[in-house]
Amino acid sequence: MAHPSEPEVLDQALSGIGVDEKLLVSILRKSHMRKGCSKFFCEDERQFERWNHTAIKSLKAEFKRFKDVVVLSLMHPWERDARLLKKALKKGPMQYNVIVEIACIRSSDELLGARKAYHSLFDRSIEEDLASHIQGSERKLLVALVSAYRYEGPKVKEDTARLEAKAVLNAIKNNDKRNAMEDDEVVRILTTRSKPHLKEVYEQYKKFSDKTITEDLEVELLLKETVECLCTPQTYFTRVFDAALRDDADEDAKKALTRLVATQESEEMKGVATKFEGKIKERVKGAYKDVLVGMLEK
Amino acid sequence: MATLKVPAHVPAPSEDAEQLHKAFEGWGTNEQLIIDILAHRNAAQRNSIRKAYHEAYGKELLKSLDEELSSDFERAVVLFTLDPAERDAYLANESIKRFTSSNWVLMEIACTRSSHELFNVRKAYHARYKKSLEEDVAHHTKGDHRKLLVPLVSAFRYEGEEVNMTLAKSEAKILRDKISDKHYSDEEVIRIVTTRSKAQLNATLNHYNTAFGNAINKDLKPDSDDEFLKLLRDAIKCLTVPEKYFEKVLRQAINKLGTDEWALTRVVTTRAEVDMVRIKEEYQRRNSVTLEKAIAGDTSGDYEKMLLALIGAGDV
Repeated sequence: MAHPSEPEVLDQALSGIGVDEKLLVSILRKSHMRKGCSKFFCEDERQFERWNHTAIKSLKAEFKRFKDVVVLSLMHPWERDARLLKKALKKGPMQYNVIVEIACIRSSDELLGARKAYHSLFDRSIEEDLASHIQGSERKLLVALVSAYRYEGPKVKEDTARLEAKAVLNAIKNNDKRNAMEDDEVVRILTTRSKPHLKEVYEQYKKFSDKTITEDLEVELLLKETVECLCTPQTYFTRVFDAALRDDADEDAKKALTRLVATQESEEMKGVATKFEGKIKERVKGAYKDVLVGMLEK
Repeated sequence: MATLKVPAHVPAPSEDAEQLHKAFEGWGTNEQLIIDILAHRNAAQRNSIRKAYHEAYGKELLKSLDEELSSDFERAVVLFTLDPAERDAYLANESIKRFTSSNWVLMEIACTRSSHELFNVRKAYHARYKKSLEEDVAHHTKGDHRKLLVPLVSAFRYEGEEVNMTLAKSEAKILRDKISDKHYSDEEVIRIVTTRSKAQLNATLNHYNTAFGNAINKDLKPDSDDEFLKLLRDAIKCLTVPEKYFEKVLRQAINKLGTDEWALTRVVTTRAEVDMVRIKEEYQRRNSVTLEKAIAGDTSGDYEKMLLALIGAGDV
């Protein structure tokens, strides 16, 4: 077997998700690795091979993955969620899906725990921070989602679910006149009803439309994710795993991988993760991969 | 401070249960004995008695009370015997099923209970009604009332004393601007009233008063018939000076032609273990007569005795 050249090894160690530490160690101090490694180095006018600036950025992100997943999983789930929520709020609208994810996927008591931890960590309530920092049309929905304390029993009223499915359909049809995310009934239904009830609403909706709610909500991403997380969480997990493990995945997508695996222990999530096992073993590297695979197996 | 008087030596729950059982036996009911026991035990003690009663007699104490007692006296005893979280859940559910005047009960519960207590109410509501409090409130209200009440019952306010004065100033200004434009149910008004901690809200409203010359509730009075404005004013009162709010409810309940027993019972049973001492002081200050005298003058029989016992009149 031909020995890979040092530039190739460097490339191998640093592509994908995470870093292949062992491989990297084997080529450290080998100065030839800089030659020909045009992805990481560029020839400077003063005759030295300079680090490519973007390459450094992505390298830092890759090294950080192990640390992030370890820190996240060592934290108490409540503190974890409180910190994730705070960070997402700080980062702005592009990260509001994290707020949706946590508010909708956690159980009622887990969400309550996150709210308690938020008090301790930040001396404010999560709802007051969300309400004062979010100015757009998603404010109503997001504040109500984190304030929910949903009933968790199985009882469901079909008639009510059918009526509410119709109300949602109506709001979606009028989306161009008024953003469905600001529709009072949509917000009420999605932010107060129990998950079993919402799953029934999801089913009833199919009687009135040849598409599912999530299909009809392609335009309203945040609303679509809300429905997905509440009614069809497996679809959500699949989408997140898929986006994170693609060749052209961006940083946010990859971060979602850490977040999901470190915070979710449900059978549902693990079930989805097993389908991606092959991809994970192929794309993810080093100690980070060991952590992920280890957590998924537990 | 509570007005509930508990004896120095409290009998074992099983003894209390036995005494209560005796009170139900035979021809009539020994109402005085019921008052002597139940109106002189705190929430934890009452819970133990209920447990002991159930263990000894295979029946719920509350059910026996319901069978043996009647009318306003029964309601006062049953309500008081309930654990505070269960009681609030019961009152909330009852008012959701009634008409609009009951928005006040929901607002009262949401604003005068601590964050922790309010969450216990939500838990108790799950257990008893197999629904969440917020879904029932949302479903049974609409428009501005829903806009205000749902966030109020869903709040989990920070309970620290820290106050940010810069924020207080800017939010006082926001409130002022919205009120001047008569946008009383504006999102910003709702946001400030339903999410800020009580300490922060207090600071904001104090600054409002200082900076703009009027207490906010005065500025919220232009249309005294507007139900929403009334609710908003009372919510603000409950969040900042609950004893004044409860004094007003009691005064109106007692002064009303006849008496509003529903309100009277509710305030006495829900505040006897909380801040009835301050409410009594406020009542005397405002009405130049003690609450005991007012209640004695307006009610009678066992109902009167129960209420008086709860507000600390007489001996243990």
